[in-house]
Amino acid sequence: MADDKDVLRDVWFGRIPTCFTLNPDEVTEREAEPYYLLLPRVSYLPLVTDKVKKHFLKVMRTEDVEEMWFEHEGTPLKWHYPIGVLFDFHASNTVLPWSITVHFKNFPDVDLLHCPTNSMVEAHFMSSIKEADALKHKSQVVNDMQKKDHKQLWMGLQNDKFDQFWAMNRKLMEYPTEEGGFRYIPFRIYQTTNDRPFIQRLFRPVSTEGNPHTLFDLLKEMCPDALTKDGCLQHLLCLPWTSFMSLTLNLCFSSSPPPKVESASLLG
Amino acid sequence: MPVSLLWAVDVHGRVYSLSSAGQQWELGRDAPMEFKRVTAAQQCCWSLGCDSSIYLNVFASDLPVRYKVETYENQRWNPVDGFSERLLPSDRWQWSDVTGLQHQPLHSFQLPSSSWEWEGDWYVDENFEGEPTEKEGWTYSIDFPSTYTKDKKWNSCVRRRRWIRYRRYKAMDTWAKIPSQPMSLPDPFSDISCGGWEISEEPGGRLSLWVVSLQGKVWFREGICHHNPEGSSWEEVPLPGEVVQISCGPGDLVWAVLWEGKLIVREGITRDCPRGLSWAVVECPSPEVGAIHVSVGNGVVWAVTKDNKVWFRRGVNSHNPCGSGWISMVGEMIMISVGLHDQVWAIGCEDRAVYFRQGVTSSELSGKTWRAISAPRDGERPHSSASSQQSAGRFFSGEVQAQSVVSDADSDVEKGSADGAIFTTPEPSLGSPTEPPSNPAVDAPKARIPKVTSDSFISELVSDRDQGKPSKDVLSVTPAVLEEEVIPADGEEILLCAGEALLSTESRGGPQWSNVDLEEAQTGAVLDLAETCSLSSVTTFTLTVEDGAEEHPMWAWVSGEGCSVDSSSQLNWFSSSANTTSVTQSVQSMSLSISPAQTAAWRRQIFEQLSERSRREMDDFKHYEQAIEQSVWVKKGAMQWWRDWKPHKWIDVQFAFEQFSGPDGNKDGILFIYYNYNEEKKYLHAFINEVTILVPVLNDSKHTFAIYTDERTKQRWPIRVAAATELEMYDWLALLSVSCCESRGIQGPPSKQAIWSITCKGDIFVSEPSPALEAVPYPTPCDQMFWRQVGGHLRMVECNSAGIVWGIGYDHTAWVYTGGYGGGFFQGLASSTDNIYTQTDVKSVYIYENQRWNPVSGYTSRGLPTDRYMWSNASGLRECTKTGTRPPSPHWTWISDWAVDYSVSGSTDREGWQYAADFPASFHGYKTMKDFVRRRRWARKCKLTTTGPWQEIPPIPLIDVTVLPCGAQSSVDTFPLWAISSKGDVLCRLGVSAQTPAGSSWLHVGTDQPFKSISIGAAGQVWAIARDGSAFHRGSVSPQNPAGDCWYHIPSPAKQKLKQVSVGRTSICAVDENGTNISSPSRRVVHRGFLNVPVCFGVFLAFLCPGNLWYRQGVTPSYPQGSSWDHVSNNVRKVSMGPLDQIWIIADKVQGSQSLSCGTVCHRLGVQPIEPKGQQWDYGIGGGWDHITVRGNAMEPPRIGLLSQKDTAPPTSSSPLPVGIAEPNGTAVYS
Repeated sequence: MADDKDVLRDVWFGRIPTCFTLNPDEVTEREAEPYYLLLPRVSYLPLVTDKVKKHFLKVMRTEDVEEMWFEHEGTPLKWHYPIGVLFDFHASNTVLPWSITVHFKNFPDVDLLHCPTNSMVEAHFMSSIKEADALKHKSQVVNDMQKKDHKQLWMGLQNDKFDQFWAMNRKLMEYPTEEGGFRYIPFRIYQTTNDRPFIQRLFRPVSTEGNPHTLFDLLKEMCPDALTKDGCLQHLLCLPWTSFMSLTLNLCFSSSPPPKVESASLLG
Repeated sequence: MPVSLLWAVDVHGRVYSLSSAGQQWELGRDAPMEFKRVTAAQQCCWSLGCDSSIYLNVFASDLPVRYKVETYENQRWNPVDGFSERLLPSDRWQWSDVTGLQHQPLHSFQLPSSSWEWEGDWYVDENFEGEPTEKEGWTYSIDFPSTYTKDKKWNSCVRRRRWIRYRRYKAMDTWAKIPSQPMSLPDPFSDISCGGWEISEEPGGRLSLWVVSLQGKVWFREGICHHNPEGSSWEEVPLPGEVVQISCGPGDLVWAVLWEGKLIVREGITRDCPRGLSWAVVECPSPEVGAIHVSVGNGVVWAVTKDNKVWFRRGVNSHNPCGSGWISMVGEMIMISVGLHDQVWAIGCEDRAVYFRQGVTSSELSGKTWRAISAPRDGERPHSSASSQQSAGRFFSGEVQAQSVVSDADSDVEKGSADGAIFTTPEPSLGSPTEPPSNPAVDAPKARIPKVTSDSFISELVSDRDQGKPSKDVLSVTPAVLEEEVIPADGEEILLCAGEALLSTESRGGPQWSNVDLEEAQTGAVLDLAETCSLSSVTTFTLTVEDGAEEHPMWAWVSGEGCSVDSSSQLNWFSSSANTTSVTQSVQSMSLSISPAQTAAWRRQIFEQLSERSRREMDDFKHYEQAIEQSVWVKKGAMQWWRDWKPHKWIDVQFAFEQFSGPDGNKDGILFIYYNYNEEKKYLHAFINEVTILVPVLNDSKHTFAIYTDERTKQRWPIRVAAATELEMYDWLALLSVSCCESRGIQGPPSKQAIWSITCKGDIFVSEPSPALEAVPYPTPCDQMFWRQVGGHLRMVECNSAGIVWGIGYDHTAWVYTGGYGGGFFQGLASSTDNIYTQTDVKSVYIYENQRWNPVSGYTSRGLPTDRYMWSNASGLRECTKTGTRPPSPHWTWISDWAVDYSVSGSTDREGWQYAADFPASFHGYKTMKDFVRRRRWARKCKLTTTGPWQEIPPIPLIDVTVLPCGAQSSVDTFPLWAISSKGDVLCRLGVSAQTPAGSSWLHVGTDQPFKSISIGAAGQVWAIARDGSAFHRGSVSPQNPAGDCWYHIPSPAKQKLKQVSVGRTSICAVDENGTNISSPSRRVVHRGFLNVPVCFGVFLAFLCPGNLWYRQGVTPSYPQGSSWDHVSNNVRKVSMGPLDQIWIIADKVQGSQSLSCGTVCHRLGVQPIEPKGQQWDYGIGGGWDHITVRGNAMEPPRIGLLSQKDTAPPTSSSPLPVGIAEPNGTAVYS
């Protein structure tokens, strides 16, 4: 039987084949070769693009180099979104490998946040973790952790170490089964059709009648437009699998409960 | 917590019971008449009928109530007739009791009441002190009274034999009238109260029953216990006045109310004198209005005065039964009942509803609020309008809120929605419309909604009754729906908003916010009652006023004395809507609401889809570079290490774990311990894939764990490290365990073949046997077995190869394995998400009070300078004071106070003292002239709460269990499972199968004496050991006759008392109680004084005496009893026979190259059909092991082993035993 652990592993080890090409407007000394990488879905762009930067800097003069940023088919890619979300959001219907254009100038200040160092990513990541735990356990778990535990969580993510990450992350996922679970499901729903960045609201894991909420319930409540009238079940199953996964991915990411609770009656 | 019952009588005299797990009052239908009052214990319920006589309802349990009556037939020899019934005039009666003083012919035995029946006819006892007698059962002696032997000698002049007959209580689950006692009881009764079961554990089921007669006299029922539920006689208790009502708590509290309104308290209640000695008078709470009712618990007293006010008595405990002062409580009640755990029920004065006091905990005995129990009565249809909405029809009280009662229907609608606190987000485009979830009732005409907001809820309810006219309609209000839009990603803000909401309701006029916790409250009592109460400062709840008295049950009396709930219990009593069944069940455990099959299905589906995605996205691009290169991951920490060289002590070290993984994802790791040796930096390391077991060793001073490899097991010297905190230790343990399992490719639950073992700390370990484990002649060495821990706490565990696993806790609770893994400190990935439950265990800690006699002041706690500590452990070597003694580890918490323990081996005097000439010596329970020292044992109970894949099987406490072993491919579907209750009764579990490992019910198997060990073999041979140390074989056990027909007595080995038996496929082995010298040529005495035990496991093992292992010879299918016991080995504590006749034991005193260990797992090598006793021992993990079962391992060893054995037939010297142990120096376990 497939275990939770297998699912978590597969989510963690999800990889997106990517082709990085340099923006043709960049001033180069010679022609830049595209660069191919397998990007982990559960990570952030600045964490995984050291090699990309190194590769393109070889053909560029230092004075032409400003902050590096990425773009896919004209859309600047927000580094503070998980890579899996970015891919599913912008490129799930395109042909693999995912083609990303690398820029070194004209930083789009309107669309993107600056990211001078990886400590920015860390701060952002830790604040997501804290936020999720605030929703789930009134921040009790994350506050009980020591500084080095936070570090381990971050290092696990940064170095793509499943065990290192999960040795800590499990604490965030624990809840007593007998006391009705945790308080709220931390989640974000990203929509292409919407101006707003994402939907995020309080949502309990259990309904007032006491039934565990499913992903279907959540979607029905949060974005009913996403569901067709003739029942969500078929519709969701017809959705590209990746859309669902970016949701799950993000659920995992902001340390929500394992996705099983949500998807129970959805798939079962 | 087991299911128990709350009892109540309505104003019509009908008796109802409400189960702590149920939701409706069940009518006691077979009641012979109307009742006035009831008083319940956990095993029975007493009641006072309208005819003023007393009725008893004993709850049916799987254990019958049986009582053995016996009488002796005495005969004397004379030269003419031989032995005859003609006795000398000076002799005893021909039929007498055991002393000979009482004339007791068979026909003089009468059934005590019509509630009893004879189980069979009289028969002669042919068992004499564990030995079978001759056919007639006679025992012989020179003269009366003297010692008897079973053999007739030349000087045997008298003989006697014992006749036995059983009677059985048949009036189970019905109301049986207690026959009145015509001489002494002219009065009809007017009140009744039972309790006192915590005063003493002996005899089992003892109760105190107090009754009050109409004339105000008090009577005490003598002799109530398990095998005499009715008691024997009434004894009048002298009084200082006339009593109207009495209450007896579970412990030693008894209070009564006098006519004039004063209260009296019984003093001097002890285990020797449950009736008490005298009364003390306590003034009633208010001088002008006297008390009319009192109810007591373990440490609380509640009273009601004539003006229906409720009072709580401060400072009551068993040392000060009178308490110190009265506190006025809110609410108007006519009576109150205090139950187990000091929980409180009451009947409202005005509405006659049953109320439960919420929030009563040991720290807050007076509780928080009254809450009406609104469970419907049996057969009563739930309120039609109430069923539409959860929140309707539910009484609920929060805390004070100064708002007027709303009586206007129109304003109510607004108010209702405001109170429902629907917060609509100000941004309509995003916030989903806050539709009230389909709620027809919200549009219904509104009736009055009294705001039930405070403790003064009752009076408010009352005042509410007076205004407005009652309406047929039941109002319900939308449950609070909370919606909040959080635009920036900021969790704190959400909480802040919610917190603000707490304050804003009353002050703001604008949109109303609700308390976040309101929803929790609306979901039912199941979430967290205490929190609800404390936080719901602005919550308002709707109160449905039910119309008409005919619908509303009017209660007259309630009894919670037998109702085991506490403030954390999940109760389903508080809502009456019809659809609650499904709701409450699903809320109770989220993980339970989805069946495992469903879970498996959707989990597999997710997994498959994920794999599909991986294939699609990654398969063609495997040659791409990884964005992040895999590297080594190191976790470091500061630890202490029990250093290897002498003098051994804890030293500070750096502890590091390096995990590296290859590109294929395979993980491996190394453990490093960096230490300083003579100023020089050194390190010690262990490969993770060589670690065989990680053992947590938690005591009150250090958080340590031991790491074993096969080499370390041979040395009997693990790597012991101590972490700074318990949390850190469990972090390391969890991480290392996962790594060990990963490096060996082990995951998920244990297999059906798994070998289970338990340490003396109650930790559970499991090992996956390889097929080569039982191979002959080259089995896998026992010290290479890899053990991993499973959550939970047990004393013993038994299993079979169908995956049925049962365990027994230290408190004798039976547990069945649920198929999960993890629990305890294994959380998250190392644990299954389903099948993990809370598990508790209780054990006693003992300390000794020592005193020495001196001529001036007699026995005092002033000893000689050379004496042991005046408060010590059993050996006297360690000081153990009452205040200084802590629970065994931080996991245990005290749940009782220190109390003198009278159940010490050897008897005690009335104060629990045992006397001896000097320390240390053998103690006896009476004082003689030569005794100069005395001691007594104090016991204190502690409790542990953990989680694990175990579910409780109530209600019978067990001491042993065994399940039929079967072959690997067995076609059997139900498996006989036998057990022994803590009373010594033999039980057979019906309906145990792989699908329902818990089985369905117990079948009681009659025995003439209590048993202590039992085992069932592959062919259904059942063997058992009686408490007197003799063995029994149960005949004719078959699938058709699962309980067999009769016991055959098997004499124990000469001069030995057996204590445990285990039956494999055909072999039977037993262990005796102590290793009295069985001559053995190679036996050597252990000289090396140092045991590693104290370091690892405390002194626990030092006092266990290991016994001898015996093999039953000559067992054949036609003669299953066998012929004789063959000695196999000594220093054996426990044996487990496998389904292939494997022999595994727990042995003591196993010598390793560095140390000696007690409690070691050993495996018998060379066991073959032609040599069932095997040849020698192979030593595995230890010390500190207490139990092992190999009964699941039915894996046949590979055939090659047998062939090569035939070919080569190696001599035993080429044993696979490692060198360090082949010639164990000084070990007393020998081959």
